[in-house]
Amino acid sequence: MGLPLDQIFIQTVNGLVNGMILALVASGLTLIFGIMDVVNFAHGDLVMLGAFVGATTMLNTGNFWLALLVAALVIAIVGAVLQVTTLRPLLGRDPLMTILATFGMSLVFQKYALWQWGPSARKIQEPITGQFSMFYLQYPWYRVATAIFAGAIIGGLYLFLKYGKYGIWIRATTQDRVMASAMGIPVPLVHTGVFAIGSAMAAASGVLFGPLAGVTQTIGLDFTLRAFIVVVVGGMGNLGGSILASIFISLLEAYAALVVSPAQAVIVSFLALILTLLFRPTGLFVPTPK
Amino acid sequence: MLTLRDVHTYYGKSHILHGVSIEVGQGEVVGLLGRNGVGKSTTLKTIIGLVHPAQGSVDFEGQDISRMPAHRLARLGIGYVPEDRRIFRLLSVLENLRTGLDRQGVSPERRDALLDKVYTHFPVLRERRQQAGGTLSGGEQQMLSIARAMMLEPKIILLDEPTEGLMPRMVGQIREIIQVLHREGIAILLVEQNVPLTLDVTDRVYIMEKGVVRHHAPAADVRANQDVIHQYLGV
Amino acid sequence: MTRTAYWTGFAVIVILLAAAPLVLPEFWRRFVTEILIWGLLAMSSDILIGYTGMVSFGHSAFFGLGMYGAAAALLTVRPPNLWLALAYGLVAAGVIAAFVAFFATRLRDIYFAITTLVFSQIFYVIIFTWTEITGGENGLNFRQPPLSIPGLLSVPFTHETLHWFVLAVVTISYLLVRRITQSPFGMVLQSIRENEGRTRAIGYHVERYKIVAVMLSGLFAGLGGVLYALQNKFAAPDFVFFTVSGEVVIYNVMGGMGTLVGPIAGAAFFLLLREGVSRYFTEYYLIPVGIIFTVMVIFVPQGLLGFWRRALNR
Repeated sequence: MGLPLDQIFIQTVNGLVNGMILALVASGLTLIFGIMDVVNFAHGDLVMLGAFVGATTMLNTGNFWLALLVAALVIAIVGAVLQVTTLRPLLGRDPLMTILATFGMSLVFQKYALWQWGPSARKIQEPITGQFSMFYLQYPWYRVATAIFAGAIIGGLYLFLKYGKYGIWIRATTQDRVMASAMGIPVPLVHTGVFAIGSAMAAASGVLFGPLAGVTQTIGLDFTLRAFIVVVVGGMGNLGGSILASIFISLLEAYAALVVSPAQAVIVSFLALILTLLFRPTGLFVPTPK
Repeated sequence: MLTLRDVHTYYGKSHILHGVSIEVGQGEVVGLLGRNGVGKSTTLKTIIGLVHPAQGSVDFEGQDISRMPAHRLARLGIGYVPEDRRIFRLLSVLENLRTGLDRQGVSPERRDALLDKVYTHFPVLRERRQQAGGTLSGGEQQMLSIARAMMLEPKIILLDEPTEGLMPRMVGQIREIIQVLHREGIAILLVEQNVPLTLDVTDRVYIMEKGVVRHHAPAADVRANQDVIHQYLGV
Repeated sequence: MTRTAYWTGFAVIVILLAAAPLVLPEFWRRFVTEILIWGLLAMSSDILIGYTGMVSFGHSAFFGLGMYGAAAALLTVRPPNLWLALAYGLVAAGVIAAFVAFFATRLRDIYFAITTLVFSQIFYVIIFTWTEITGGENGLNFRQPPLSIPGLLSVPFTHETLHWFVLAVVTISYLLVRRITQSPFGMVLQSIRENEGRTRAIGYHVERYKIVAVMLSGLFAGLGGVLYALQNKFAAPDFVFFTVSGEVVIYNVMGGMGTLVGPIAGAAFFLLLREGVSRYFTEYYLIPVGIIFTVMVIFVPQGLLGFWRRALNR
């Protein structure tokens, strides 16, 4: 084929980095789905809003980490409000309605972002500049740091779910909402809390993603679609699966981008989704139930 | 302590309870008998707030609880042990217990004391405390389900067919557990298909048919004259 | 609403619409024609959303392929033929509809909705990047074919005759779709929407009904695309992008799902709103619209015309 080895190598690392960011978005989505059976059509737009809030905070304070924190907090609140006002009333109704409602909110978020921040792309300055030598190649520090940081957040989430006090509440509610309620767990509050956590994670991804590419209000759809593909391929509600799937999908796209244009590389993810839905609908990384 | 007055409950359009009236006093053990599908489980679900009555009232310790959500009622002191046990299969035994234990206003010492007490009554749970709930046998799951409800320090426990699906020799264990609960002063509302067990452990029984209470008598009377049992349960 | 009242109302509206090119200035005449075309698209979507209970975010694919299909006919076959354009467009939309129909039977709810979205985007990317054939970003321009009745006449369209042609096609489509949704077939579709499990249990082959529903929906959407191509003489990838599907869903919900006329009214309302408001607010008008839409989904899911749903379906 004659593809240069160093390009393949760079794309592998790029795929891993993008995969970790996507994993951060997707784990929020899968957590929400696992506990409430809701697919949040507006999830990608929360990423987008987080990035914008982060960019503005960055502009005013010059501190990247503060921007990350502020964005996560603000969007967590936005997410909680969204859940209480639009999703709680729809609980138990036709899932069609939830899709439509979150679609409506997605539209509002996109146009709000357009109104508030204008149509031109925002760039966030990366907090860690410079590159380092990986074998004989140069690779930006920031990208590696992003992947590590995203991994740390996901790791933190895992620990919180396994050992934290409210972790038990979340896991119990995910498994059996009715019995959790009968055990005194305030299920509506848990739902809102999880949605807020998922939103915060989405916002964090947005801010981490900011320095890698410009932020416009159209990136929301991209993230929503990719996150959804990952959640399906990884197994709905399966945290570990969605991380593996994120890396898998991102690597696929990164390699595809070597052969076709980046705009076309995205078809690879779409195909992965369609094939998974046809042949292993419970998820590629989930053992097929016997 | 617990009073249901003329309760009508629907599942969607199905009218399940057609005016049920039941009372359970402090520390009493009351039985609810009837064929399959007459609404016994629905009655329990109405009490614990998993469904809400369309008509009628449910009073607990003088408060009207008919509109309250289940999680509030659990904290007010109503424990629920459902049909099929429904323990959290992916949580460990200890985590299952913690769902009831982690409440506001419970000091760590009291928590440890509660756990100890439950482990004393159910030593097998202490053994298996790190195991996932789903790996326990049917009988062990039933014990876990009851122990879990006990973690709420309830004033009344609603037991829905605890012997269902268990081997006959475990019925004796269930009888013992009910007696333990009774000794602790916890009231019990027992829904069962096992008539001898029910008549043995309860003070009073209600017999339901087609969504209403058809008969109500002290257990002793029914033990002496089992005609009503033949009439309504066909056994 | 009695049958006479309904048909009288229907006739009045059709007559008003027919009179449009005679009384309105050209800009507004064109506007009315576009409303009819988008109305047709919205109505096609209603077959799935309103009657079968399946949300599709992929109608832009059917619409766009109808458009490009017609473009293909008008660009490759000389002299440009109206009926060939229709045929090509419908076949193109039909092939895609068959694909989607296949998935419809295996996926439910959100999985189906997002897969249809994915389909739209796949086609968008293909059309956008395959510049040699599809003209890429710039789309395709072509000439309007003449209105021809084979063997009888062939006259170029005037603004009026084009409008009447579109009106005729949309009206006939409406009557056809109405006939279908009122038929036993349509009743089964609605039963699937209400309770798929029960419908299957009664013995209906739910899959077959869904396939037919998707095919019908796709074909009428494609028809809309052909009409659009005829009216505007160009095809562009923007129409295949998912946002078009999204807007169609909005017309459906706000106008009233399951009424057929509701979505058409929704389209009219929307396009007028956009026209009126865009002078001042450009795209920001979608913020209050999005909020109203979401509120309607929660509190008024039957839409504006939903109150008349039973009457309109008699």
